[in-house]
Amino acid sequence: MSLKGRHLIDPNDFTMEELNEIFNLADRMVEERDAFGEICKGKILGTLFYEPSTRTRLSFESAMLRMGGKVLGFSDAGTSSVSKGESIADTIRVLSSYADVMVMRHPKEGAPKLASEYSFIPVINGGDGGHQHPTQTLTDMLTIRRYKGTLENQTIAFCGDLKFGRTVHSLISALSNYKGSKFVLISPAELRLPGHLKSSLLEKHNVSIYETESLEEVINQIDVLYMTRIQKERFFNEADYMRLKDSYILDRHKLKDSKEDMLVMHPLPRVNEISYDVDDDKRAIYFKQAELGIYVRMALIALLLGVNVNAYS
Amino acid sequence: MLTVNSINCGIVIDHITAGNGIKIFEKLKLDEVNFPVVLLINVPSSKLGKKDIIKIENKIDVDITMLGLIDPEITVNIIENDKIVKKMNTVIPKEVQGLFKCKNPRCVSNFDEYVTPKFRLVKANGKIHYRCNYCEELTSYSI
Ligand SMILES: [Zn+2]
Repeated sequence: MSLKGRHLIDPNDFTMEELNEIFNLADRMVEERDAFGEICKGKILGTLFYEPSTRTRLSFESAMLRMGGKVLGFSDAGTSSVSKGESIADTIRVLSSYADVMVMRHPKEGAPKLASEYSFIPVINGGDGGHQHPTQTLTDMLTIRRYKGTLENQTIAFCGDLKFGRTVHSLISALSNYKGSKFVLISPAELRLPGHLKSSLLEKHNVSIYETESLEEVINQIDVLYMTRIQKERFFNEADYMRLKDSYILDRHKLKDSKEDMLVMHPLPRVNEISYDVDDDKRAIYFKQAELGIYVRMALIALLLGVNVNAYS
Repeated sequence: MLTVNSINCGIVIDHITAGNGIKIFEKLKLDEVNFPVVLLINVPSSKLGKKDIIKIENKIDVDITMLGLIDPEITVNIIENDKIVKKMNTVIPKEVQGLFKCKNPRCVSNFDEYVTPKFRLVKANGKIHYRCNYCEELTSYSI
């Protein structure tokens, strides 16, 4: 099945083969970006941002512009008249004639799915509340694949708020399809991965899961360390926060026990969970990860549009 | 033993789990109608021990999907000229549209008037839940 004309609402919308097709093209785009500079000429990406997210919007716009396409859209429904009292269905039916592919970010969960039911063009979910943010998941997967050469047989640790962090939920669920995945979950007891997610991982995929409160205990066994922020208000009480807050901050000192080729990843923006003294370490790839986000979006847009990606190479 | 005349033409909702009769009575707004309706509660039943029955002397449209959602034990008999002309068993619906709302307060289906909430049946730990087509959260239905 071709990706042309499809929607991306949830990372599970695509098979592993389809994901590979995206990653393979993204790899080619990294290697010779200029060869793809015109492939979307004459195409328009609509950016429907019902809540502001400058970083995500710019990464999509950059991706389209780098392929010679054009962009139009709005970045905050509050200041545009497009959404005032109008149903999403009506808005989408009209706007899908203005562009060739669209990305939608919306504060309400399920809004992009709803849009996809009425759209005549591919809809990409650019984040819907606390639900999904599939292009972040694709970015994370491409990053691991590029640096490790494969998505199989990796020991991947997630550190921080594993209860509410949607990037973590999506990535774990996507990686659990790959053989030999081992997950190490590092969090305070009250911010552990939700039980229903854990049991579905164990039932469906027979993956191995190890839970701990201590990053130091496991850091020497990890291939990929995915850091996330813990917000203070997520803790049940001040005493726990004071006791645990430093255990979830990665610094040079903790890093020295880790494998030479471990990857430190982070969806950005970071606050203080990775100290600045880690940035120069070769294991720190979170800025590279953000850069790869552009390439994965380029590949995704090109394949959903069905443009000729072989013309120039 | 209390006896109630059988109906001539209409609907009998039978095998209602005792206690659910009054809820279904209210859900179908049978207190507002102008034709004869009987609600029997705690009727001895070989299958259920005790059951409730609703007899409606009129052929109204009863939503079988909704009854199955409330109580999958229910049977519905259509009566014409004192005879049962059709017997229907309810089932737990695999898909439900618009009969209840998604419990996730952040779900788009609770904000956009155009959207009909849609759900798919999910069984987890022996319990029945419905997964929202939009936000994927689970909602369990109870009347
Ligand atoms: Zn919902």
